[in-house]
Amino acid sequence: MIGVGKIKQYSNVLDKPLSKGKQEVSLSAFAFLFSELVQYNQTQVDNIAELERRLEDAGYAVGARVLELLCHRDKGNRRETRLLGILSFVHSTVWKVLFGKVADSLEKGTEHEDEYMISEKELLVNRFISIPKDMGTFNCGAFVAGIVRGVLDSAGFPAVVTAHFVPVEGQQRPRTTILIKFAEEVLRREARLG
Amino acid sequence: MATTACFIIVSRNEIPIYEAEVGSAVKREDAAQLHQFILHAALDIVQDLAWTTSAMFLKAIDRFNDLVVSVYVTAGHTRFMLLHDSRNDDGIKSFFQEVHELYIKILLNPLYLPGSRITSSHFDTKVRALARKYL
Repeated sequence: MIGVGKIKQYSNVLDKPLSKGKQEVSLSAFAFLFSELVQYNQTQVDNIAELERRLEDAGYAVGARVLELLCHRDKGNRRETRLLGILSFVHSTVWKVLFGKVADSLEKGTEHEDEYMISEKELLVNRFISIPKDMGTFNCGAFVAGIVRGVLDSAGFPAVVTAHFVPVEGQQRPRTTILIKFAEEVLRREARLG
Repeated sequence: MATTACFIIVSRNEIPIYEAEVGSAVKREDAAQLHQFILHAALDIVQDLAWTTSAMFLKAIDRFNDLVVSVYVTAGHTRFMLLHDSRNDDGIKSFFQEVHELYIKILLNPLYLPGSRITSSHFDTKVRALARKYL
């Protein structure tokens, strides 16, 4: 047959090399998949909190894997042991790989010592989603909050992560803020490490 | 050259998810339990040490008679622990790095629950082959 190249047949995924993978994924394919994910979960639950929790759990699984893969691939096997280190890892590396750009901003909360916020003008996952009025404060960014929680939890920085809409004057659509609240033990360990 | 070596992967929650005796020496009856006991005792030391450095390979962290425990901590705090009697640091480091790649491939499986036992026989075969090559 003409044009049949010799492709190496791998019998098992463990034999395949851990490649850099395709740098680009079709946005429409992802949007379609994500909308199906949300719709499927909508049929399974009867209230909004449960729906948010399910999206978060889906994101958690992604976060745990993304952490290991990126530390091995992009960071040359260096772990993050400090709070600011892991936060800037999430803010730049993770965001760059997942969404193609670094997050818009990373801020420390003014009211509480243990709160940090990552803001994004328009989350990629929310781009093609509109929330009906009767769903109140529901935010599909819960999926991204789950990803961040997965990364932080696996790295040893347990935290409660939520996604919120923050209205901004001059802009029609509100911007999204991922609020990260670290557990007590993280702050104690940070203080101990000095 | 006959070497004793016991390799264990311990998850973030202190649960062993994979274990293998990879040495080439003849095994005594009670050797397996002794090896596991030594490795579990070393877990505490790993806990503290892991937060003091950002490197993944922690070298030799504990000794028992003439056996040495070497540990490699991944980003997700999964610990690869090796109990051995040789002094081949470079070989051990390469062994850990190769097993780390295998572990990531297992982890990327969306149907694999992180922290659960690794049951793939292919993974087992590959780890033993790597042990023969590097240790």
